[in-house]
Amino acid sequence: MRLVGIERARAVWLTGSVAVTLAPHAASLPSWLSAIAALMLLWQCWIVLHGLRLPSRWLLLIAVAGVMAAVVTTYRIPVGKDPGVALLAAFLCLKLLEARSPRDGYVVVFLCYFMQLAQFFANQTISTAGVTLLGTLVTTAALTTLNSNLLGTAERLRMSALMLAQAVPFMLILFVLFPRVDAPVWGLPANAFGGSTGLSDTMTPGSISDLTLSGAIAFRVRFDGFTPPPAQRYWRGPVMNDFDGRTWRVGTARMLSSVPYRVAGPRTFYELTLEPHNRLWLFALELPGAPPENAVLMSDYQLISKAPVRNRLRYSLSAYPALRGGLGEDRYVLQAAQHLPPDFNPRTRQLAQELRSANPDASALVAAALRHFLQSKFSYTLEPPLLGQHSVDEFLFDTRRGFCEHFASSFVFLMRAAGVPARVVTGYQGGEINPVDGYLEVRQSDAHAWAEVWVEDEGWLRVDPTATVAPSRVESGLAMAVPDRQLLPFALRSAFSWVREVRYRLDAANNTWNQWVLGYNPQRQKEFLQRLGMQAPDWHSMTVAMSVLCGLLMLGLAGWALAQRGRLDPLQRAWDRLSQKLAPAGLERKAWEGPLDYAQRVGVAVPRLASAMFEIARDYSGLRYGANAPATRDNAARRLIDKINRLHP
Amino acid sequence: MTLPAISRTIEQASRIILGKQSQIRLCLACLLAQGHLLIEDLPGVGKTTLAHLLAKLLGLQFQRIQFTSDMLPADIIGVSVFDRESGSFRFHPGPVFAQLVLADEVNRATPKAQSALLEAMEEQQVTAEGATHALPDPFFVIATQNPSYQVGTFPLPESQLDRFLMRIELGYPDRNAERALLQGESRRDMIAALEPTLTVGDLRDLQRAASAVHAADALLDYIQALVEHTRTSGLFASGLSPRAALALLAASRAWALIAGRDAVLPEDVQAVLPSVAGHRLKPAGESGGGTRLARTLIEAVALP
Repeated sequence: MRLVGIERARAVWLTGSVAVTLAPHAASLPSWLSAIAALMLLWQCWIVLHGLRLPSRWLLLIAVAGVMAAVVTTYRIPVGKDPGVALLAAFLCLKLLEARSPRDGYVVVFLCYFMQLAQFFANQTISTAGVTLLGTLVTTAALTTLNSNLLGTAERLRMSALMLAQAVPFMLILFVLFPRVDAPVWGLPANAFGGSTGLSDTMTPGSISDLTLSGAIAFRVRFDGFTPPPAQRYWRGPVMNDFDGRTWRVGTARMLSSVPYRVAGPRTFYELTLEPHNRLWLFALELPGAPPENAVLMSDYQLISKAPVRNRLRYSLSAYPALRGGLGEDRYVLQAAQHLPPDFNPRTRQLAQELRSANPDASALVAAALRHFLQSKFSYTLEPPLLGQHSVDEFLFDTRRGFCEHFASSFVFLMRAAGVPARVVTGYQGGEINPVDGYLEVRQSDAHAWAEVWVEDEGWLRVDPTATVAPSRVESGLAMAVPDRQLLPFALRSAFSWVREVRYRLDAANNTWNQWVLGYNPQRQKEFLQRLGMQAPDWHSMTVAMSVLCGLLMLGLAGWALAQRGRLDPLQRAWDRLSQKLAPAGLERKAWEGPLDYAQRVGVAVPRLASAMFEIARDYSGLRYGANAPATRDNAARRLIDKINRLHP
Repeated sequence: MTLPAISRTIEQASRIILGKQSQIRLCLACLLAQGHLLIEDLPGVGKTTLAHLLAKLLGLQFQRIQFTSDMLPADIIGVSVFDRESGSFRFHPGPVFAQLVLADEVNRATPKAQSALLEAMEEQQVTAEGATHALPDPFFVIATQNPSYQVGTFPLPESQLDRFLMRIELGYPDRNAERALLQGESRRDMIAALEPTLTVGDLRDLQRAASAVHAADALLDYIQALVEHTRTSGLFASGLSPRAALALLAASRAWALIAGRDAVLPEDVQAVLPSVAGHRLKPAGESGGGTRLARTLIEAVALP
C-alpha cells in the first residue's frame, strides 16, 4: 500500500509527533531501547519518503515479542513505572509501523498523549512542561490529519494551538480546585532521589570543598521584612560531635519537647523552600524558634524532620540572631564535646597545652587560638593538599592551606585538646539575593563548616575560623574568597554579567514554578482559596466549585458557538437543518456540495424525496445565488423554510 | 431552459464526437467566455476533429497551423514581400489571420514560434516589420498539445499557459462510442456536410448574454474562498492569480448560460474549475496532477 495525499500527510504528522514525544524520554530509557526507537522512526521516515510498503504483521509480531523479552531482561520485573514506560515507548514505535487506518492513527495519537504525561514521572521541571506542551501541540495537529481535512502545515498548527488555548481555562480551574493530596499520585520510589547532592552526616577533609563545585540550589528563602546581612546568614545543619582522627560524625542528641532557650531579642521571619536531599535534617537560621510542623528541635539545636525530605519542602520559621543556647548545658553533652581520640596529632595537643597555660580563661583562650590562626599565614583554597594520618597537625603546622572543613575541624580539635567543649557545625553560609524575584538563593557552593565552643556563663558561642582567615568568604561569598584560577561552578564567576543576568531570570522562573505549580500542596491550595473568598475549602466544596465553574465555562462556550450560528441568516439555518434532517439516513450535505448536486444525490438515494428536494434546491439556489428583488425575497424565503420544515425523510 | 441555439449546437457536435458531451460543453463555454482553449491529449483521440467541428458549427472562418520544431514566427504571422509592380513591400497575412485558428501540436515548436502565436492571442493583433495588423473579430485559438512527457516537446511556460482560459483533456472514447465510431462514416465527410448552427452575430449575442449572467455575493465569496485556499493551504506551489479568478468567474457564467440558468451556482464553478485551474496550479509536493488537484481543492473548500 503506497501512501499518497492525505495518507502521506497523516503518516508524516504521526511520525513527527512520535519523534517529538519520545525524544525527551531518551535520557531516562535504557540506551538500547532509545537506539531501537530511533531506528524504527528512521525506518518509518524511509517508508514515508519513498512511498514503500509498511512491514508485514508477522515481522512486527516478532519485534513485539523481542522488545518485551528485552524489557523484562533489563528490568527483571515486567511491571512498574520504568518498565511500563519503556514498553509503551517501544509499542508506540511499533504501532506507528503498522498504522494503516485512521483508527491506528487514533491509537498512536492517544499513546503519544500518554507518553507526554509519562515525562513527568521522570522529572517535573519547567522545561519538561515546555517540552510536553510542544509535544501536545504537534500531536494535536497530527490528530487533525485523521479527520480527512485538507489543511496546510501552518493551519494545522494554528488549529492545534487554538484547541489547546481553549483548554487553558479548564486546565486552570482543575489545577486550582482539584482536591490535592500530599504525596505525588504515582508514588515515586525512594531511589528517585539517589543522586541528590547535599551535606552528609559525616565530614572528612575535602567533603565540603567537593560540594562547592555544584551550583545546584540547596534551598531558597523569602524573608519577611528584614533581610540579615551576609555575615549573619549561618544556616545550621548537621552538628558533628564525634571525631575518630579523620572523620567527624553526627553525635547522639536528644529530641526536645520544647525550645530549650527563652526566645527573646530581635526576630527574623522567613519562609524556606528546601530542595529534596533525601535526609532528615532541615536547615535553619541560627538560632531557630519553634520548629515547623512535622519537625522537632534536637538538643544540639538541629531541626530534624520526621521523614526524609524527598519532595520539595516549604516551611516557615523565625530566627533569633542574638540568642545563645546552652547556658545550663548538660554535663554529658559537655563531656562528649571534649572527647578526642588518643594518639593523634601530638603537635596540636602540645600547642593546646601552651595556649591553655598562657590563658586560663576560656574566652581568652578562644581569642588566642584565633590569633594563632591569623598570624600563621593560612590560606583559604578550594584545592588543599592531601593530608596524612595526623591530619590536624599537618594542616596546622605544615601545609597551612585548606578549606572551611579544615579550619573548623582543626579549631575544634585544638579547643578540645585545651579542655574547652567544642563541636563542628555544618550547613550553609551566605546565599545570594536574586534581584528578579527577591528570593535568597542558597546553593551547594555555599556549603560551610564552622565551630561552636562552650564557655561558662555564656553558653555555646559560634566561632568561624574561616572568617578569621578569609573574611571575604562570609561577607561576599565563595567566588571572592578563593584565588581566581580555581575551579568554581561557571555561573558563580562574576566575569560574565549577562550570564548572571540570565541565571537570575532562569532561577526566578524555576522558583515561581516550584512555589506555585509543584508546591501547590493542600496547604497552599487552602490558603489560596481562602484568599479568593472560599470560607472553608474542603474536598466537598472544591468539587462543587469545580463542577460549577467548568459547567459555566461550557455554557459560555456553547453560547458563543450559538451566537456565531445566530448570525447566519434564517435561510441558511433552514438549509443546514435540512442537511441535519437527512443525516440519520447518511445523506448529510457535504460542506462543499452545491444545492442541485445535493438534491440529486438525495433524490437518487431516496426516490420518494426526489421531487420535493428538487423543488427545495431550485428555490434555495434561486434565493441564494439568483438576482431577486428584496421585497419578493423575504416571502419566497419564508415559503422555502416552510417547505424544508415540512419535509419528512 | 437552455437556449435553442446552444442545445442545437451541442446536439450536432455530439453526433460527430461521440461520448464527449461534457468536453464539448466545456469548449463551448470557453468560446462563450471569449477565451482561448488548449486541448491536451495523445495524438488521434479527435482533437483536430473537435476544432474543425466547432469552426464549422459556429460558422467561423477556419485556419489550421501545424507547429513543427523548425517553424519561424513569420510562418504564423505572415511575411512582407517586395511587390515589383507597386515598388514597395506588401504584407502577406499568415495563417493566424482567421476567426478560428487551430494551432496543432503547439508544443512541438520552439519557444520563439510559440510566443508569436501567444502574443497574437493576447493582443488581438500582430506586428510585422513595424506595421500593426488587426486580427479578425471574433478571434479564437484552439491549441492542441501532446502530453509533455512525449519526446520532442517544448512545454509551454506557466505565463503562456495562463493565456488559455481552459485546458481540457479528451481521453479515449468508451467502448460503445468507439464501436459507433468504427461503424459510422468518415468524420471528415460528416463535418463537411454540416450546416452552421450559429452565425457570427448569434455568437456575439451569446457572449454578451454569458457576461450578463448574475453572480451573487455568496457566489463571489465562494470563488474567493477557493482562490484563497490555493494561496494559503500550502498544498500548492503557487496560488491562483486574480486573472485566474476572473477566468473562473467568466467560465462559470458561460457554463451557467449553457445550462440555461440566469445566475451562477456553485455547481457551475465546480464544473469548470478543473479545466480553468488545472493548468494554472502546481502541487507543492510531487503528488497528483492538475485536474485531480482541482478535485481535492473543491472538496477542501466549504460553500460559504
